[in-house]
Amino acid sequence: MSDAAVGTADTEESVPRPKETLRRLVQGDLASLRVVIGLALIWAIFQFENDRFLSAQNLTNLMLQIAAIGLISVGVVYVLLLGEIDLSVGAVSGLAAGVMAVLNVKHGWSPYLAIAAAIAVGLSIGVLQGFLFSRFGVPSFVVTLAGLLAWQGALLQVLGSTGSINLTDPKITGLANIFYSDAVGWIIAAVVVGGYGAVLFLGHRRRVAAGLDSESLAGLGLRFGLVAVVTIVATSIFNSDRGVPLAVLILLAFVVGMEYVVKRTGFGRHVFAVGGNAEAARRAGISVNGIRVAVFGIAGTMAAIGGIMAASRLLAVNQNSGGNELLLLAIAGPVIAGTSLFGGRGSVWTALMGALVIGSISNGMDLLALSSAVKFMVTGGVLLLAVLVDAIARQQRSATGRV
Amino acid sequence: MSTAAPLLELEGVSKRFGPVQALDRVDFAVHAGEVVGLVGDNGAGKSTLVKAIAGINPADEGTIRFGGEEVSISKPQDATGLGIATVYQDLALCDNLDVVANLFLGREEVSPGFGTASRQLDEARMEHRTGELLSNLAVTIPSLRSEVGTLSGGQRQQVAVARSLLGEPRVVLLDEPTAALGVAQTAQVLNLIRRLRERDLGVVVISHNLVDVFEVADRIFVLRLGKAAGEFAAESTTEEHVVSAITGVGAEREKNGEQEAGAGGGEGG
Repeated sequence: MSDAAVGTADTEESVPRPKETLRRLVQGDLASLRVVIGLALIWAIFQFENDRFLSAQNLTNLMLQIAAIGLISVGVVYVLLLGEIDLSVGAVSGLAAGVMAVLNVKHGWSPYLAIAAAIAVGLSIGVLQGFLFSRFGVPSFVVTLAGLLAWQGALLQVLGSTGSINLTDPKITGLANIFYSDAVGWIIAAVVVGGYGAVLFLGHRRRVAAGLDSESLAGLGLRFGLVAVVTIVATSIFNSDRGVPLAVLILLAFVVGMEYVVKRTGFGRHVFAVGGNAEAARRAGISVNGIRVAVFGIAGTMAAIGGIMAASRLLAVNQNSGGNELLLLAIAGPVIAGTSLFGGRGSVWTALMGALVIGSISNGMDLLALSSAVKFMVTGGVLLLAVLVDAIARQQRSATGRV
Repeated sequence: MSTAAPLLELEGVSKRFGPVQALDRVDFAVHAGEVVGLVGDNGAGKSTLVKAIAGINPADEGTIRFGGEEVSISKPQDATGLGIATVYQDLALCDNLDVVANLFLGREEVSPGFGTASRQLDEARMEHRTGELLSNLAVTIPSLRSEVGTLSGGQRQQVAVARSLLGEPRVVLLDEPTAALGVAQTAQVLNLIRRLRERDLGVVVISHNLVDVFEVADRIFVLRLGKAAGEFAAESTTEEHVVSAITGVGAEREKNGEQEAGAGGGEGG
């Protein structure tokens, strides 16, 4: 009996190995590869239609355009990982920017204090919404929909009768308008590449020291080479225009930092657990409601930071700040890039990649002088396509016994 | 059967839910290195007994001794603190996380460093310990980094059991561990239960499946309508005796006859 059981287990183990690799390629790693291919396709099409699309100047503009939305999406990814939704991030970004503008311009607060106050507003709103959602079991959809309306109203209230406030403080406008010199750009690039190499090497050494399988050196080298090439190419593109923008560094810092938190810390692990099976998480002693409140707090905070970036780029806060399609694009981005709407699957990188896809489509269609009508319909089509791919991947997972 | 003092001993445990007497002065014991099959019809009080031991629904009356000392179990943490682990029927695993993450869920190991929230998970150490534990238990999983959702029912059950062992428990309660499993997978899980016994743990297996219980248990404890309805040595009794204790047909005869015969290792057929 026992021999038979072991025998079965052995064959079970040996058979799926190549299949497992294939599956990971199709459903896991390919999700990110899919976005890269999609992005390359979009870039190729626009470059073919208008050869200014891939110019250094336009690519720099593209990165500046996506900085704010990418920052907001970072928080949205966390909410999506829980399998929840936050419809208030657009309105919160506008309100936070409004608070910053009023405090800085009308009340003469220092820019740092004004920015800190704006972030505190975003954090408090997020925590409040998270509390209402987790404590009373009101669907997050409804809580944040109410928030969307209320915080839009609050923005109008804060701005008062003028309806628009121009930002002049160089500390605030600098966020989206500072570019570093070539030398500084290369130093930053060297630090990024060196840091990535060190992380890869140390991780590899730890696994080998613990006697575990580690990725082959060739695989590690490939990853390192890829990151190095992308960093060098990006830096030289930025340098041949105005230089490496501060806004891009801020976006990258948040993406890398928040990806670290979600993938490498206990807190992040618990976010995935709650998104995957809240009951299992609760039984494992995880404070499910605490995680929920924290995640909505993060979403509010990132929305505020994105709002500050958007205001800095616009050099003003007005009644439209955080409005229009900002909210929907901030949610669509990560979904397009592979974060599941159903919770428990995704990465913060999808905030950046999704913003790049959406930003590229928008930027390219602007270059081609297409009408808003076409832009909306194309963006909607891309979102639908991405969600369909997510849903089909999910169906396949459940068909093969993966939920 | 061990002659030493029981690891876990319940004496006169009662539990009442409103008008329903779910447990009525039940005496129950598990020794180290012993597998006890807890059987009974639906509503006989099996789950209530396990929940009383696990601290989910503490008993109203009765004494519980653990390692010879009287203890009070009024909440789940009391039970886990004593070294009593429970594996529930719905396995409470996160399908989107891999085996290592599920095993360490809620008690992740972190690398030393500054701050508590920002510390990095010690994945290498967790994976190493997972590998060690699973190979000690002879549990075979395609890869420690497979998502649990990709595993078979038997593998998932084994992961759930392995998970309960991380806290170094001395008693493990398994609720219907072989329900809804195929033949080969059931065999794997039963093997795992035998390995728990080899590790000198006290194991309580709730099951509806008498074949599985006879396969793995040293002793079979029958509950009927909240009362102890018989206790049999698995080697020396038959399914019919146990069934009649479960259903209450000729229960009195069993109680008086079999208990003695079982303890003495009589032929009992």
